[in-house]
Amino acid sequence: MRAWKLKRDWVTGWLLLLPAMVFLFAFTHIPAVNSLINSFYSTPRGKRAAKFIGLDNYERMIGDPVFWKVLGNNLWFAMGTIPASVGLALVMALWVNGRLPGRGFARMAFFTPTVLPLIAVANIWLFFYTPGFGLFDQLFGGLFGWSSTNWLGSPDTALNAVIVVTIWKEAGFFMIFYLAALQAMPVSLVEAARVEGANGWTIFWRITFPLLMPTTLFVSINAVINSFRLVDHIFILTDGGPDNASAVLLFYIYEIAFKFWETGYAATLTVALLVLLCLLAIGQFFLFDRKVHYK
Amino acid sequence: MSSVSLKEVGKSYGRVEVLRGINLEIETGELIVFVGPSGCGKSTLLRMIAGLETITAGDLSIDDERMNDVPPAQRGIAMVFQTYALYPHMSVRDNMAFGMKIAKKPKAEIEAAVSKAARILQLEPYLDRLPKALSGGQRQRVAIGRAIVRDPKVFLFDEPLSNLDAALRVATRIEIAHLKESMPDSTMIYVTHDQVEAMTLADRIVVLNGGNIEQVGAPLELYENPRNVFVAQFIGSPAMNLLDATVTATGTQTTVGRADGPAVVVPIASQASDQARPVRLGVRPEDLVLTEAEDALIEAEVDLVEALGETTVLYLKGANGGAGTIAKLPGIHPVKKGTRVRLKADPAKLHLFDEAGISFRHR
Ligand SMILES: Nc1ncnc2c1ncn2[C@@H]1O[C@H](COP(=O)(O)OP(=O)(O)O)[C@@H](O)[C@H]1O
Ligand SMILES: [Mg+2]
Repeated sequence: MRAWKLKRDWVTGWLLLLPAMVFLFAFTHIPAVNSLINSFYSTPRGKRAAKFIGLDNYERMIGDPVFWKVLGNNLWFAMGTIPASVGLALVMALWVNGRLPGRGFARMAFFTPTVLPLIAVANIWLFFYTPGFGLFDQLFGGLFGWSSTNWLGSPDTALNAVIVVTIWKEAGFFMIFYLAALQAMPVSLVEAARVEGANGWTIFWRITFPLLMPTTLFVSINAVINSFRLVDHIFILTDGGPDNASAVLLFYIYEIAFKFWETGYAATLTVALLVLLCLLAIGQFFLFDRKVHYK
Repeated sequence: MSSVSLKEVGKSYGRVEVLRGINLEIETGELIVFVGPSGCGKSTLLRMIAGLETITAGDLSIDDERMNDVPPAQRGIAMVFQTYALYPHMSVRDNMAFGMKIAKKPKAEIEAAVSKAARILQLEPYLDRLPKALSGGQRQRVAIGRAIVRDPKVFLFDEPLSNLDAALRVATRIEIAHLKESMPDSTMIYVTHDQVEAMTLADRIVVLNGGNIEQVGAPLELYENPRNVFVAQFIGSPAMNLLDATVTATGTQTTVGRADGPAVVVPIASQASDQARPVRLGVRPEDLVLTEAEDALIEAEVDLVEALGETTVLYLKGANGGAGTIAKLPGIHPVKKGTRVRLKADPAKLHLFDEAGISFRHR
């Protein structure tokens, strides 16, 4: 009797899990495993079926200068976007959390880039970056007398120009998390610190910032993932160019897979990306672990 | 010497005035309790003394120094919050040391101050724990310890016991009383809505209501000689009974006649102009005793009996179904619901209030 009941519970449990599991497997786990398998096979062409080629694809990857270039670009992109967007998000959140006139408007303004579809605003950014009469050239030309720069078209500036757009897009999103955390923080903590003689700076570094650590961890993991995951702005702004100067890993995978149809090699690059992301996420947890205080 | 002095202090949020004309002199070493119903402005007044709220009218001085515009940390105060306000990411030790650390005091001095406070409050075993690993009572002791470490001239407590359960509240209250005894030179200002806390802890009580001070005085002074109806009903539990009456004879004693009872002679002076004035006769539930006499102060049917052992509380039916009188009799009385009882009171324990609610003794 009891065993029967246990078994029924067990069946119900699995039935409840089933829908979520089906989707998780169909769209996450099976493709991931498939990619891993494909990375050991050659790309099927016409009548020629894929054949097992061992680590050949990996050898090719290690010898591929473009791979190293986009990987380097991606790291530069990550270093350029993550600290800046997280830091900016925190500053904006602190600012709009305080008493300031037009606070609602400021919050909305900061959050707008997150809501706007990038395709729509890309045109504005394309205009900002236009050589000669774009906003930046006008501004810097007027202020410092700089000569006209082809921000998106020159290898030296293309990636940095994309980084600026990304920071603009992400900071408002991360700000919302910081703002929520700040509003959940009891006012009396800050008051107690004020009574004890702490100034604004001390209160921030000794109390507010440490208590925001769980949010910082969450936001920065998202930022890391985004820096490897976001490619839409690259399509719109630079299409990876010039000379792969603004291509990142995922963009390169897309090109290999859907422009050159080298699915085997694309699978190999995907595995490399997955491994990289896992390492980064695990690393972050360990790095933050001692510093994060969960209430 | 006066430690804290408030002169015509007021507070407005925009056009909403929450405190007005507060005048109060607090002596050094005194434990003053601000008591009053929720929303009367107790916390606001305390926070103005702390410097956490701006003072919009009047003057605040601490040790004869004007403090209106001095930042909280330089007022020589320490505050204990209702919600403890412990820094959740710091150990008990670091919580208590925080103020001295940011003031860059020498390590040995910090260590000595923290150990001393921990010893007084028996917190030594918990110094390395985080606040989340402590019970509510222990957390509040840490908060008090943090205040002691600051060695302030004035301690400010904002409802420090309200988040504790009943038993712990009594224990912590006694601890605060001991703490006060051990620090005779520290002035303490203590906010509560609980009149028992006020009565047991205070040297003097300040009764606040609707942004005004109703009365200031020693606990028993307020109990025996309330200035007005509000104080009379706020201090003491159950609240003082008020009976409608009319003055029928004036002089060194006052005679009042009542529609639902015999005339009563009260040993309180009145003036000739009081003749025929409507008044309210006040009698505390615990001043009523059972009697057989025909001319009892009160005769009514018992509506409800609360037998608590140490006392028996009788809720009597009022005339025409109105609110009735409450009597609190010592010990156990076998009174049944529905029986008629007669109650009398020592005339010296009676109070008289005029139409404005002011006691005849305070006019
Ligand atoms: N920031 C504020 N703006 C407007 N009114 C306030 C503000 N803070 C408190 N009040 C009002 O001031 C009155 C006193 O509040 P408070 O001092 O907290 O009362 P309590 O005696 O319960 O501690 C209340 O009526 C409250 O509504
Ligand atoms: Mg309050």
